[in-house]
Amino acid sequence: MDKGLSLRNVTISKGDVPLLSVNHDIGPGEVLTVMGPSGVGKSTLLAFITGTLAQDFEATGEVWLDGHEITHAPPHQRRVGILFQDDLLFPHLSVGANLAFGLAQGGSSRDRLAKVDEALDEVGLKGFADRDPATLSGGQKARVALMRMLLSEPCGLLLDEPFSRLDAALRAQVREMVFDRARARELPVLMVTHDAEDARAAGGVIVTLGR
Amino acid sequence: MKTRRFPPALPILTLLAMLGPVAAGLWGTFLPAFGHLPAAGLSGPSLAPFRDLFDWAGLPRAMLLSISTGIIATSVSLAIVMLVTAGWSGTRPFRVLERLLSPLLSVPHAAAAFGLAFLIAPSGWIARLLSPGLTGWERPPDLLIVQDSWGLTMTVGLIVKEVPFLLLITLAALGQADAQRSVTISQALGYGRLTGWLKTVFPRVYAQIRPPIYVVLAYSMSVVDVAVILGPNTPPTLSVQIVKWMSDPDLAMRLTGAAGALLQLALVIGALAFWRLGEIVAAHVGRRWIAAGRRGRLDVVTAHVALGLGAASALAVLLGLVVLAIWSLAGFWGFPDAFPDQFTFRNWMRFGPGTLEALGETALIAIVVAGVALILTIGCLEAEYRHGLQFSQRGVWLLYLPLLIPQTAFLPGLQTLMLNIGADVGRLPVMLAHLVFVLPYVFLSLADPFRAWDTRMGTIAAALRASPNGVLWRVRLPMLLRPILTALAVGLAVSVGQYLATLLIGGGRVATLTTEAVALASGGDRRAIGVYGLMQTGAALVPFALALLIPAVVWRNRKGLRHG
Repeated sequence: MDKGLSLRNVTISKGDVPLLSVNHDIGPGEVLTVMGPSGVGKSTLLAFITGTLAQDFEATGEVWLDGHEITHAPPHQRRVGILFQDDLLFPHLSVGANLAFGLAQGGSSRDRLAKVDEALDEVGLKGFADRDPATLSGGQKARVALMRMLLSEPCGLLLDEPFSRLDAALRAQVREMVFDRARARELPVLMVTHDAEDARAAGGVIVTLGR
Repeated sequence: MKTRRFPPALPILTLLAMLGPVAAGLWGTFLPAFGHLPAAGLSGPSLAPFRDLFDWAGLPRAMLLSISTGIIATSVSLAIVMLVTAGWSGTRPFRVLERLLSPLLSVPHAAAAFGLAFLIAPSGWIARLLSPGLTGWERPPDLLIVQDSWGLTMTVGLIVKEVPFLLLITLAALGQADAQRSVTISQALGYGRLTGWLKTVFPRVYAQIRPPIYVVLAYSMSVVDVAVILGPNTPPTLSVQIVKWMSDPDLAMRLTGAAGALLQLALVIGALAFWRLGEIVAAHVGRRWIAAGRRGRLDVVTAHVALGLGAASALAVLLGLVVLAIWSLAGFWGFPDAFPDQFTFRNWMRFGPGTLEALGETALIAIVVAGVALILTIGCLEAEYRHGLQFSQRGVWLLYLPLLIPQTAFLPGLQTLMLNIGADVGRLPVMLAHLVFVLPYVFLSLADPFRAWDTRMGTIAAALRASPNGVLWRVRLPMLLRPILTALAVGLAVSVGQYLATLLIGGGRVATLTTEAVALASGGDRRAIGVYGLMQTGAALVPFALALLIPAVVWRNRKGLRHG
């Protein structure tokens, strides 16, 4: 298969202790949910895919994205997007500059500004470009973080407990928005969570890691 | 393929810049100490230099002074800081004291020493304020307070400068010690605040601040500028005598000086070993004290005494600066008047041009050195991040090594070595020598905030397709603007305050504010000292003010960076 994110015989261990092994293909627009109690190495799996695995872990297996093997590619050339439970907006940049940071290179500055405004408009934040991200509400920050990631035109999306900091009402709304956008762009999504509600809403295959 | 833009060469270069001159200097001390000095036509080995050294009548006293000032200054300043923190941390008086002491850290030792001298000398400000009303003195009493033969005033001068240093180090350590909860628990168990802190938090904090304490001990034993200003003359401390020998036109005296330098090194090593022994004894006694379960009846009294001493040490430096300012503006000021008859800018007009020239030299050296130190430090820390390197506890000691070896042990050797290979003294060697002392402080200042940066920011930025260099320049460094500028200010202040490195390696030809100010000590022109001392303080203090101001202005619309 060409499109999609494939984890082929991926195993991760720390020292002599095996943590997890995954062998799975995620097609375009599909969601794979990885569940399990904290400490089983869910986030470690994501770090392996983004290329930021700490040196005290050992990993084998291959990661393929849209027909390319990215197992050993530098993190910034993998085209894997990721959202964490914290928005992690760059505090020194305005909302607009955060989005422009994500926006793929090229285009005149007017084009880029227009794309940023368009992205803000898409998530109901028109006119927020000059705002300090620290002054936004939790839901607004989550939306900016999502658009920033999508503007970088990733080929796959990783979600690391992305909704666990949001309160219940906001949670469903943001969750729906993230999955809708991912589906619309036909992105393979890998989500790790310990929340059954998130897993159900994702509607895809659920893998449970455990000891 | 992995891109390695930051080769681990940078950490190696940093270690070389820090330890190379120290190793070379020790070698350059070792050879002449055993009679080998080709520049003077002498070749060893011979024990004559040590014979000459032991023939010097002042030696026993000079050695005793080195040991006593070091041990007393270190233990008293440590005791003040620990007891103040134990009794008051988290309270309003503590925050006030912390605010008072933080800026004092950057006041150069020489300026603080001059200020103290102008305060407590028989003709000093305190005597003037109390006379003739309380004392009945119409003329300055004939007392040897400054430069007393026991070195007590010098010890006080060291204490008032080490208290702010140790306090800031302790505050940094407290953050990682989970102090507040331990104190709450021990208070719930019926312990007084101070006793509870000493029994539960102190052991953890001490383990963390041990290296800087050793630095204080080594520094206090071998300091030169403070000893020239406040220390005894007949005989002077061992380190001052070493510098005298090294500056003697007769090259043969350098052999004696080198032997003295090795002796100084041995004394410091011995004192550090003695201190280590004291730690073991204190730990043993402390464990029994903890097990005995006493709740601390003298807590309140002890805490108040400690706070008083801490405040006194802050006031000594602050009022010292005030009296420097008054002298710099003083017209005629007869004893026992509390203030001069008139204030005038005449002193500034007279010494201004000279200080400006020295300021230029000082600033040039400090900016180059602190800048280089900052670049090396960021390179090291970034290499550590990119290659997943981890600094071991031993690595930390390497950072402290150049601060633990007494300056008087390796700087004279470095000078001699340069003489032997015919290298020219001057600005560039002075910069390299400053770098030895500036690098560790810049590194220690920046390392914690740099490592505390949320690396998920880097993951996000890389996922947004920013290259490693892009992450560094566009995300990490801007976010760390404040700690970076603070580290730069620390580096500038350390360079501005360097006396011995400038004097010896500059061969007397590099005139900075510090060397000029200390040179004024023997003349006793208080107006000139006032002007130079203030300029020196300003040169060290202004960068700190800028380090606070610039991020506040640049990030004025960024709430998320206001406390980072």
